[in-house]
Amino acid sequence: MLVGSGRGHVGAALSVMEICRVLYDDILRVDPKNPQWADRDRFIFSKGHGCLALYVMLAEKGFFPKEELMRSCHFGSMLGGHPESRKTPGVEASTGALGHGLSIGVGCALAARIDKKSWRTFVLIGDGESNEGSVWEAALSAGKHRLASLTVLVDYNKFQSYGPSKDIQDLEPFADKWRSFGFAVREVDGHDVPALGEALRATPFDAAKPSVLICHTVKGKGFKTTEHNADWHHKAKVKPEELAALLAELEASA
Amino acid sequence: MRKACLLAVHDLAKRDPRVVFVGSDITKQNLEKFAAEFPDRYLMEGIYEQHIIGMCAGLAMSGKIPYLNTIATFITRRCYEQVLIDLCLHELPVRLLGSGGGTVYAPLGPTHLANEDIAIMRAIPNMTIIAPCDADEMKRVMMQTLDWHGPIYIRIAKGGDKVVSSDARGFKIGEAIPMREGKDVLLVSTGITTQIALEAADLLSKDGLTVTVLHFHTLKPFDQARLLHYAAQARAVLTTEEHTLMGGLGSAVAETLMDAGQGGVPFARLGFPDVFTEELGSQAEIMGKYGLTSANLAAKAKGLLKA
Ligand SMILES: Cc1ncc(C[n+]2csc(CCOP(=O)(O)OP(=O)(O)O)c2C)c(N)n1
Repeated sequence: MLVGSGRGHVGAALSVMEICRVLYDDILRVDPKNPQWADRDRFIFSKGHGCLALYVMLAEKGFFPKEELMRSCHFGSMLGGHPESRKTPGVEASTGALGHGLSIGVGCALAARIDKKSWRTFVLIGDGESNEGSVWEAALSAGKHRLASLTVLVDYNKFQSYGPSKDIQDLEPFADKWRSFGFAVREVDGHDVPALGEALRATPFDAAKPSVLICHTVKGKGFKTTEHNADWHHKAKVKPEELAALLAELEASA
Repeated sequence: MRKACLLAVHDLAKRDPRVVFVGSDITKQNLEKFAAEFPDRYLMEGIYEQHIIGMCAGLAMSGKIPYLNTIATFITRRCYEQVLIDLCLHELPVRLLGSGGGTVYAPLGPTHLANEDIAIMRAIPNMTIIAPCDADEMKRVMMQTLDWHGPIYIRIAKGGDKVVSSDARGFKIGEAIPMREGKDVLLVSTGITTQIALEAADLLSKDGLTVTVLHFHTLKPFDQARLLHYAAQARAVLTTEEHTLMGGLGSAVAETLMDAGQGGVPFARLGFPDVFTEELGSQAEIMGKYGLTSANLAAKAKGLLKA
């Protein structure tokens, strides 16, 4: 996709690659042939800027042809720099303005409860995104409604746009915050595929509470140049030599 | 008007299982029956307006038709991004019932006034905006909201407003209603300024002038055809709204006339200038200060005809 568009929030996508992989391989009940299937699980990708990871999974599962990946961000493409539900099959909600997805997820989970349906709602948010007051409004509400069908995944890479979160807005004690808002909390290495699967299969962690899985991750995971590197938060133009270096590293590790 | 609105939500809930009510820490008055009959579809939520707009989006994405009621300005100003992205970009059937449109909350001061709600809602694609003139019309509006496509913002007036609308004239979202017809002056109004326009028409008729009062309960989509039809027959066109002159009814009328090449007609707009109307007192006093009265409207019309 970087080859095709030369741009994107690279670090934010690499951080959640395994999370998306496990969700689409093992957890989410969705049907690529029928993206609007009424009883599907809902996955709200709230940290919309990390959508390269989502697009790759949706393409792999067959929600749209893989060739689309090469056209992302081009005029008339179905794949934008932030996900849009009305353009891309499999995208539940249009996100990109941080702090919207959890409220939408609460609404979905409430609708399922009213209709006595068993489908579930998963919302992926960023740690920087958790600076937004609206995230905590939604957390209060999810706790009040005891939405056990709702699972929040936090991509806790301790980095945001400018740099390390502890220099900008430290969130600690983070797990305690969620607990005090009425969530059942577990923490996991967000790059450990078996551990992620095990944790997600164990949701809801408490039958009377919403769950939050705090995923400890590395922003830009997988490449020497991108890990812990704020320069790779957003690239408007990836240089040919940068791309070549990434591809070489990928080749070497394969 | 708010009472008619909330009681109508209950009626709609009886007719359609998709209807959900969402409030933000508001009085239970007029909601008791809904709460008792449909407890699982009655959501009285906290004072987090941004969150409940997103929540309504999630409900609507999952097949519900949420009716959300709280103070107008906290829906429109505070939640602009949520309204734009969560509701309008997704084209979801959420009904925003804004209590205290315009200067209803005059004694509470500028934090509670909604003098620019129409302008900012108008700027968003897919939004529908309705400002009924009285409680009877509110009922007609509400009965048509079940199957309307996309989000709707309904501006609720003070209540106890004189009933001037009638079933006989019919009602359809998006179609302006000629409340009376004449050939000298066209008065264009919305919400409770339709009462003012009708009184002004009475005053003008004493001078032998005949007047059309065209009531725009729906401000978006804007019924351009009807406006242009009546404007073509009139010797003067005046607009009146309980709203800033920037971007509301008057702007929509001026834009439509200019775009259609009918901009030559003598024209005046009544509304609030570019100031905070922070005088306190009552709605009527504030409207009086800024010339939103039938006497002023009639005088302005006569001035235009003489010029
Ligand atoms: C409301 C809002 N404010 C600011 C931004 C710009 N922005 C995009 S990503 C980002 C940092 C997000 O950090 P985090 O949630 O930790 O995600 P990460 O990139 O670290 O994965 C910012 C400030 C935005 N998209 N939305």
